[in-house]
Amino acid sequence: MFKCLKTIAAASVLAGSLAVSASAQTTDTIKVGILHSLSGTMAISETALKDVMLFLIDEQNKKGGLLGKQIEAVVVDPASDWPLFAEKARELIEQHKVDVVFGNWTSVSRKSVLPVFEELNGMLFYPVQYEGEESSRNIFYTGAAPNQQAIPAVEYLMSEDGGAAKRWVLAGTDYVYPRTTNKILEAFLKAKGVPAEDILVNYTPFGHSDWQTIVSDIKKFASAGKKTAVVSTINGDANVPFYKELANQGIKAEDIPVVAFSVGEEELAGIDTAPLVGHLAAWNYFMSVDAPENEALIAKWHKFIGDDKRVFNDPMEAHYIGFNMWVQAVEQAGTTNVDAVRQAMYGQEVPNLTGGVAVMNTNHHLSKPVLIGEIQDDGQFATVWETEGVVVGDAWSDFIPESAKLTADWTYPWVCGNCEKPKYLTN
Amino acid sequence: MTTSQTRGEVCPRRLSAIMGTVLLSLALLAAAFLPATAQTANDDSFAQAVQALDARKFSDKAGAIEALSVLGDARAILVLRAFADGRLYRRKADKLVIIGDRDGDIFNLTSPVTAEIIGTATSGEIKKIIANNKLRGQIRGVLGQLALFSPNADDRLDAARNVIASPSEDALGLLKRARDRETVSKIRDTLETGIAVLELASDDRALRLAAVATLADRSDPDIKSALEQRLLAANGEFNEPDAEVRAALTEAVDDINDRLALFGLAENLIFGLSLGSVLLLAAIGLAITFGVMGVINMAHGEMIMLGAYTTFLVQEIFRSTISPEYFGMYVLVSIPAAFFVAAAFGVLIERGCIRFLYGRPLETLLATWGVSLILQQFVRTLFGANNQEVANPDWLSGAISFGGGVSITVNRLYIIIFALMVVAALAAFIRYSRFGLQMRAVTQNRGMASAMGIRTGQVDALTFALGSGIAGVAGVALSQISNVSPNLGQNFVVDSFMVVVFGGVGSLWGTIVGAFSLGIVNKFLEPVSGAILGKVVVLVIIILFIQKRPRGLFALKGRAAEG
Repeated sequence: MFKCLKTIAAASVLAGSLAVSASAQTTDTIKVGILHSLSGTMAISETALKDVMLFLIDEQNKKGGLLGKQIEAVVVDPASDWPLFAEKARELIEQHKVDVVFGNWTSVSRKSVLPVFEELNGMLFYPVQYEGEESSRNIFYTGAAPNQQAIPAVEYLMSEDGGAAKRWVLAGTDYVYPRTTNKILEAFLKAKGVPAEDILVNYTPFGHSDWQTIVSDIKKFASAGKKTAVVSTINGDANVPFYKELANQGIKAEDIPVVAFSVGEEELAGIDTAPLVGHLAAWNYFMSVDAPENEALIAKWHKFIGDDKRVFNDPMEAHYIGFNMWVQAVEQAGTTNVDAVRQAMYGQEVPNLTGGVAVMNTNHHLSKPVLIGEIQDDGQFATVWETEGVVVGDAWSDFIPESAKLTADWTYPWVCGNCEKPKYLTN
Repeated sequence: MTTSQTRGEVCPRRLSAIMGTVLLSLALLAAAFLPATAQTANDDSFAQAVQALDARKFSDKAGAIEALSVLGDARAILVLRAFADGRLYRRKADKLVIIGDRDGDIFNLTSPVTAEIIGTATSGEIKKIIANNKLRGQIRGVLGQLALFSPNADDRLDAARNVIASPSEDALGLLKRARDRETVSKIRDTLETGIAVLELASDDRALRLAAVATLADRSDPDIKSALEQRLLAANGEFNEPDAEVRAALTEAVDDINDRLALFGLAENLIFGLSLGSVLLLAAIGLAITFGVMGVINMAHGEMIMLGAYTTFLVQEIFRSTISPEYFGMYVLVSIPAAFFVAAAFGVLIERGCIRFLYGRPLETLLATWGVSLILQQFVRTLFGANNQEVANPDWLSGAISFGGGVSITVNRLYIIIFALMVVAALAAFIRYSRFGLQMRAVTQNRGMASAMGIRTGQVDALTFALGSGIAGVAGVALSQISNVSPNLGQNFVVDSFMVVVFGGVGSLWGTIVGAFSLGIVNKFLEPVSGAILGKVVVLVIIILFIQKRPRGLFALKGRAAEG
């Protein structure tokens, strides 16, 4: 009985802490919804994004808020349950009347809230690298599109510096993001003259934990005398056992480098990285980048969270850029009205933490630099390659024939996320 | 069977400790081998060459490595090794390139030129000079050539492999010299193989034939592809011009293929046993709570998770209090710790919730499912949602290779042995101990046992604790191969039920056979059908099997089963 009581108490404390932010509202605030899973499978990644949003809002309030009002965070927990994301999104917009929502991680959760935001004309900032092939009028995509992450990573591995890989393993978790990304990559590799027998595609279920066969297959595939590289779109919990198996089977990054698109500082925190030195990740941001803005923000972040071991990662930077763009757009528009702010968003500029300036384009994607880093033994990445300037995010991939024709542009005359012809063509 | 350890990198602290002796011997040896003029190369030019490593572009760094290696200075080994290990830094104040060894929050700085300690620095004062994979590979090749003549056999073997993996132009001569001096037969074999692979492209037909003959009895996918490479034709001309050599090549490839097919079977079998042992460990606790007591315990996975978190805590205690050389022992200490932690939670759950619900399976299922969610969130609140790092100790790292590309990682091998030990201990406990007897009595006939003076309530609580404790012990093992996160248990609970139901509810023997047969079937299906379809097929097989034999592989017979 004691056990049950104790846990009920713990649960109610937890529920209470969520309710506090909602009940502490005053009449004159600007409300920002935070839609990130705080429990369930995705809590591992999304909890940190909730924290960073609270941090950014706190920073803005210290500067005097926005339009003379304080910003108030409304936190809800969609619990890694995709349909619940849609319900919670509706709750945020209809009941809490938030002006903007920052949230989501997995593509499937984004697909689930998309109709709600379109129906209620809300505004969502989505901070995670994703598979592209989407552009909604109500969503701003601050993470990387495939041409800002996957394609440059593969180009790097093909280059002389990256080891001139000739044979490719595309390994991913079985859901929409890896499948779409791998489709794009396969088309890209074939366009670069890689024959079909030099590409091995492999999918595994969510949370896959027995990697013996697959790692052994990779080893065999790599023994054909051509330099082999692995492109990993393995997501979430499955990464740790995958890397452990790689390390224990003695696969060194010098021989078979693995480049991952879903493994950042946060994910590495759970792995002993000493045997993984040299495996790669492609992102638009690394915590280790030596830039004054970056160091200043990390110092503030550590002070806010009260723990100087907490990492800062790419999706967190995406929220940093997205939130500051939104603040600037609201100030410019003089209102939080969604239609006015959306108009003001286009061309909005915010300095990247790694140098250079991020720009919001009319296809709702950012122009950002692309960085490729190698894992170090301290769980950080060392940047080994970066793009000269910024890369414009491409909503529709040029390497999928039916997508290459489509244009996303939410300004006149296009006003469309997936059209072959402008909607308002004057003729 | 060879028992070579293809170890992963050792932890950096230990590495730098043993590095000193290794490097010294390397340096001495290199000094003996390199031309005498090398030693007179003055410090200035060496310092300049070292400074050149701090270049912006990787291609310039590669040039600097090349320059350092041809300089023939023994000190270059030290610098290059530090560079590859990520211990080479630039001091921000004077842009000097130095070697830094982390000691807590500060770095001890060593001058690469004088090899003397020249002070300390904080992480803010120095900047790491980054090497990438290509540079590390280049350094490995350079250092490998020198280490070929090391007095340490393990170093020689590593070096031989490195030279063979990335052969330079003069590798053939080097390998031959090394072979002539080599006394250890295993390293000689490795060298012979490397030489033969290189000689496949020799101009001398006799040498080529001899090389094919040497390689024909190896069973390595790498060698197979090297042989096949010679059989390829470009512009109507074979890489191998001579027809007789081609015939020998074809025969050799066929031979290797036959052996590799056999090795493939062995590999699937080993992987299957390994997967089976993981399933067994996960399921064995459930075999007691579900199999013996009939409690549908959805919180079983969380007991595994608690065991894994206990391992993490024990590891942290070891890290902070006990000297690093005994660090590897934390796994052994974790086993009893995890047992008692999980058993304590088991007693709490049984006394707090489940005992009110005996005989009501549906309510038990829902209540324990709720408990599992509460436990997950409890751990998440306590430790955070992130994965916790549980490191493989040295004695659980690396792999044992059986030749032919077949290998099993050491941690998985230990898990197979450990799973069997746990089952044996449990079976003995139930069979021979007084408590085991009471436990069996209560499950077989509760009323009669109670009439004989057994306190059935207490036995229930302890039985549940036993099952939970064993799940906790499984958590220790699983922390070595899986991630330690609040969701750890969810991944295993369905598999555990599958094993117990398939093996036969209430039968320990059934659980063993069930776990291993599911593991092996899964691993034989996976290469053919892929991981996802493989899982589906296994589920379908189980469903069909349960249709035919509803009580599983080993059904309990007699009155107990009717109960």
